[in-house]
Amino acid sequence: MASRTSFFGGFKLTLQHLTRPRVTSSYPKEKRPKQPRQHGRHVLNRYEDGMEKCIGCELCAGVCPADCIYVRGLDNPLDHPVSPGERYGYVYEINYLRCIHCDMCVEACPTEAITESKLFEFSFTNRADAIYTKAELVVDDFGQPQRLPWEDWRDGESDMTSGWMRATASAGSADYAGVVQWSGDLGVGIRAAEAGQSEHRDDAATGSKQLRDAFTAHLLPEDVPLRSRGIVQIVERLESLRLRRSRKTGSS
Amino acid sequence: MSVILAAGDPLYVLGVDVTVVVIAAIKVLVAFAALMGSVTLMIWFERKVISDMQSRIGPNRWGPFGLLQTLADGIKLFFKEDLIPAQADRFTFKLAPYLALIPALITFTIVPVGNSVTIAGHTFLLQVADTPIGILLLLAMSGLSVYGVILAGWSSGSKYPLISSVRASAQMISYEAALGMTVVTVVLATGSLSTHDIVASQAGGFWNWNLIRLGVVPFVIFLIAITAELNRPPFDVVEAESELVGGFHTEYSSLRFALFFLAEFMNTITMSAVMVTLFFGGPSGPVPNIPHLEWLFPILWFLGKTVAFCFAYVWFRAALPRFRYDQLMDLGWKRLIPLSLAWMLLVAGFLVSPAWGFSLAAISLLGSVALTRAFEIGTTREVGPDAVLPTVGERPLPPYVLRRLTDGEDN
Repeated sequence: MASRTSFFGGFKLTLQHLTRPRVTSSYPKEKRPKQPRQHGRHVLNRYEDGMEKCIGCELCAGVCPADCIYVRGLDNPLDHPVSPGERYGYVYEINYLRCIHCDMCVEACPTEAITESKLFEFSFTNRADAIYTKAELVVDDFGQPQRLPWEDWRDGESDMTSGWMRATASAGSADYAGVVQWSGDLGVGIRAAEAGQSEHRDDAATGSKQLRDAFTAHLLPEDVPLRSRGIVQIVERLESLRLRRSRKTGSS
Repeated sequence: MSVILAAGDPLYVLGVDVTVVVIAAIKVLVAFAALMGSVTLMIWFERKVISDMQSRIGPNRWGPFGLLQTLADGIKLFFKEDLIPAQADRFTFKLAPYLALIPALITFTIVPVGNSVTIAGHTFLLQVADTPIGILLLLAMSGLSVYGVILAGWSSGSKYPLISSVRASAQMISYEAALGMTVVTVVLATGSLSTHDIVASQAGGFWNWNLIRLGVVPFVIFLIAITAELNRPPFDVVEAESELVGGFHTEYSSLRFALFFLAEFMNTITMSAVMVTLFFGGPSGPVPNIPHLEWLFPILWFLGKTVAFCFAYVWFRAALPRFRYDQLMDLGWKRLIPLSLAWMLLVAGFLVSPAWGFSLAAISLLGSVALTRAFEIGTTREVGPDAVLPTVGERPLPPYVLRRLTDGEDN
């Protein structure tokens, strides 16, 4: 009998799907909102006073598993220093034909100089164009990634580009989870730290989104299996049932 | 000749002159153009509805809502290279698409699209031809359309199309029987083979429709049988993509491939129209009293009913998984054919007298009990005529195993 009901259940389900929102999006025309931790094209950040954060230490180039970063440091000129430290990144090149967007360079950077935006829609017709230099990577005077003409930037893709994504301090110590340990960025100020595994989370400030919330638009309540609906909903349902029953007995 | 022509259509009553010939030619042309246009729309409709049912977007690149997508596909197919496999039987290979297409076109001629219309003093039916053998033509054409599939599969000189054509012949022949018997039920109730008479006998409200008059059973059998005849899902074992690549049209390309698709979708529309004619009163329906537009409403009723069935076919495709081949044969031979036979006897009996009706009902009931028992014996029977197989442990071991056991491991 169960098989027979499911046989006709197919008709009901397909009719229901006529009214549901479509899962497919017409991609090049409209983009889906990206996850806050999306790994995209890199940027080189600057301090609030406009100085570059990169100190030319080459740790990013050393850690890069795809060997796509080429850095050469140079002593800062005494009369007009580029970065606050002793040295600065004189040459900084990323070959995007090799980059796998693993974010190891971001993890390795001691000064949060290199971070990733959420943009991945950029392409080239020439191998040489795949190599981004400092001219393309350094943020503009407002602290935002440069919107290069061959890249498809939309709203929100340059948000939260700087060092906010670290739950811990730049030293990597878990004791500093949720505590901001870095200096501000040019134009965009200081980002809130992501919560990590600690309890203090500020999802509005960090842009974090629970995966469960991200998918609710495509699910109907009855599609969610009962055990995944969460204790809150079950309790609410029981409450409403109890209320209705008490109202019924109260009236009679 | 004129007797045959004058059977139903008032166009030929006053004799055949040039105007009559011109009107008949225009009717043929209009029907052909409308059918071609509706095929493009049907393909678009099917793709759109099924994509909605699967929460997708569907074709949306060409024209508003992707309406011109079929046209684009047609143009693409037209300009593709036309391949004929080296192993193919060239003449039959070229002939087969037309054998599939022409029956689909001819079947539509018997479908009444609207009531009669008077133009320039000539009254004629909105139907290409009201032949006195109308429904027989339907059966003949649906029988002929099997040849397109079978010959296409056979002449391709390839394995999958051959399997497909064998399946097609078996499937179409077995469902043809049930189909024919439900049609006989309708013909019995009407007393005429002409489709115009069948529609006229159902006029005057939905309670007069054959759907209600004959009980719902013949309609259900007809719907299932015609879905199988059309090789549409869930009965599309003939062109089961996951099993047979493309089925009988695997080796076809370019325009010939397009012709097969044209035939398939044209058949879908035609059979929807035939179903509306046989069971849903064709163009009958309430007509509001608007001067000069009375002729339009029957056509709209007909179109609405036909589109509803086209939707039903797409719905079947979205909702039902494909039948296994043996399930398909089971459904055809063990259920539909006995049921349609019994129902035909019932209808015939009640048309004569209630006494005949009830006695035939009793006979059908007894027959169905006997059949059920026979099927039960058939399904639980051991393999072979009198085979009593020993249990696994007692089965004699194969000689090479015995030799190994007696002679030791080395041999």
